[in-house]
Amino acid sequence: MRRAARVLRRRAAAIWGWLRAASGDDAYERYRAHQAARHAGEPAMSRRAFYEDTQRRKWSGVSRCC
Amino acid sequence: MLRKISATLLAVVGAIAVGAVALHRHEPINALWIVTAAVCVYLLGFRFYAAWIAARVLSVDASRATPAERLNNGRDFVPTHRVIVFGHHFAAIAGPGPLVGPTLAAQFGYLPGTLWILVGAVLGGCVQDMIILLLSTRRDGRSLGQMARDELGPLGGFAALIGTLLIMIILSAVLGLVIVNVMKHSPWATSTVLATIPAAVIVGLYLRLWRPGRVLEGTLLGVTLVLLALFAGGWVDHQPALRPLFDYSAVVLAGFVIAYGLCAAILPVWLLLAPRDYLSTFLKLGTVALLAVAIVLTHPQIKMPAVTAFTDGTGPLFGGKVFPFVFITIACGAVSGFHALVASGTTPKLITNEADVRLIGYGSMALESFVAIMALIAATLLEPGVFFAINAGAGVVGATPAAAVHTISSWGFPVTVEQMQALANAMGERTLFARSGGAPSLAVGMASIFGTTFGRGLLAVWYHFAIMFEAVFIMAVLDAGTRVGRFMLQDLLGHLWQPLGRTSWYPSVLLASALMVGAWGYFLYIGVIDPNGGVNILWPLFGISNQMLAAIALSVATGIIIKSGKARYALVTLMPLAWLALITTTAAWQKVTSPDSRIGLFAAADDLARKLASGALPPERAAVAGQLIFNQRLDAWLTILFTAILWFVILDMLRVCARRLRGLPLRSSSEAPYRVSRLANAAAQAQP
Repeated sequence: MRRAARVLRRRAAAIWGWLRAASGDDAYERYRAHQAARHAGEPAMSRRAFYEDTQRRKWSGVSRCC
Repeated sequence: MLRKISATLLAVVGAIAVGAVALHRHEPINALWIVTAAVCVYLLGFRFYAAWIAARVLSVDASRATPAERLNNGRDFVPTHRVIVFGHHFAAIAGPGPLVGPTLAAQFGYLPGTLWILVGAVLGGCVQDMIILLLSTRRDGRSLGQMARDELGPLGGFAALIGTLLIMIILSAVLGLVIVNVMKHSPWATSTVLATIPAAVIVGLYLRLWRPGRVLEGTLLGVTLVLLALFAGGWVDHQPALRPLFDYSAVVLAGFVIAYGLCAAILPVWLLLAPRDYLSTFLKLGTVALLAVAIVLTHPQIKMPAVTAFTDGTGPLFGGKVFPFVFITIACGAVSGFHALVASGTTPKLITNEADVRLIGYGSMALESFVAIMALIAATLLEPGVFFAINAGAGVVGATPAAAVHTISSWGFPVTVEQMQALANAMGERTLFARSGGAPSLAVGMASIFGTTFGRGLLAVWYHFAIMFEAVFIMAVLDAGTRVGRFMLQDLLGHLWQPLGRTSWYPSVLLASALMVGAWGYFLYIGVIDPNGGVNILWPLFGISNQMLAAIALSVATGIIIKSGKARYALVTLMPLAWLALITTTAAWQKVTSPDSRIGLFAAADDLARKLASGALPPERAAVAGQLIFNQRLDAWLTILFTAILWFVILDMLRVCARRLRGLPLRSSSEAPYRVSRLANAAAQAQP
């Protein structure tokens, strides 16, 4: 019973992770992880600055179609 | 062994289903045959043709590092799982195009559209998307225009840029026209669609001020708000005091759409454009999935004949014979040049491994093509008489309901005023006559599918849900298109006077946005005042421009394939290119030279001018005749321009190929040099 609950919880967490990755909900965490790994010591953008910057980049090119 | 058995099974089932669809006559066919045929054709194309192209023509190399790996910056260059990139890419390419085109082409019957969607996608559209995606991935995600400049030359690049700008204008105008026709004198639709704007702004504020970047929360909030707006719209529709506040004529609504486009282009993206896109993407994916499930569950009968008499060119939705006009009308869903712009830009920067381009490029387009098939099913399951009564303009079938049903019944598609009134009542509308543009008939079709599956009592809600879904979708394309057009225009204007090229200088932002919105707003306005509905002129023009862009993309691809020494495989892109050049040129030729005023633009202008001069027009039509005459001539010249750009790029490509085959010097390939992928190595070592 307890094992089934654990499997279920792990499945739910995996689905949640996919959903976050697909929607871009985890973009900031990925960015911070990247900064920490490659540019440790450099100042990172705040969550809000990162969000604004991402949107500006995304909507400067063709990203929607007929 | 198992793979061989499954492939054989797929081929047999596919052959039976395609045969059933193609040979069925004189009795209604079930939609499941079409669905089965489509799925088998896509899977076979993916399994064999796409794999062969990837291996032989493109020499896809899983060991080669992609730009996402080499240039990883944690922001736009990020190695991403292929299923997620597939989702992003599909959400980017899937727009309202595959919903509208197949609906309009249903006037020829279900067969011509179905066959073209399947063959066009598997041999043309999917191939184009996959090849451009790989070529751009090998060039650090460079755009189609840049690739045209690098590989063909500056003139080819410039032609691609102008072509892209023009297609944005025509696309925005025709889509604007589609939603105006949906909302005119419909308080429910208008209030719901208007309410999605403050809903998007609330989400925008939420995502920036209160919970920055929590996209899932924001989307959930937004979807709740728009569903509330949907039911609130139904409530408004029953309030005699509120109803008139949302009851507008087409001209006023066109003004709203134009004002919205301008706002979306100049406001910061986080406020309106980005949050609206989250809503639209969610609704899009959700509704497409829901529709697929509902079609399989209800497996409706197709009521439209396989082929109608309108293949001879006398169709009421738009004039012109089945060849070449079915191929022009259905661009998105079969071959869409616009996809090449998405496939060369955002998506290549996310690809982890070159081998993923088959799923992402070919697979996404196959799925988009399936959306077109579903739209075709939703349109053709209506009684043909009803389908024509909704879609034909008043100028074609007559201005009163009695005249319209008389004309349509005389074609052999019986329909009555009472039947149309009962349908309108069920859908919560006052009338469904002459709602051209494809969206309303699609919404009726979707509502009847959803209603049968999930409860008939809610027909009116399902109808307006479908309307809202299409409108949100269309507005997302309108604002994104206007914004990109603005950047391209600023880039061009910057060559004339340098400060105009600065994308953040406000006077330049205002000027370029106003020019862009003014351009599509003009075509939208003309479409609205046109008694034939406007879509009959604008949609073929959009189809021609979109096929032109596809031909440019395929020219760039052919040029690169031949330059890379693989001339023996060039037919893979040359074949669809030749077909597109043939149909686009034939259609353009007919649009320009045909003496039939239902097809020829100059003929229509001359005909109207003659009627105006002889005083044969009623006063309300005489008032707008001057503008219509000017516009028809303008459209004819635009058609000539599109064809000229098309042949210019093709000849430029042939010039490059001829130099290569004669061994003359060429521009060097702009491909980024090979570097071995560490990600692929790591993945290979992780395998047991």
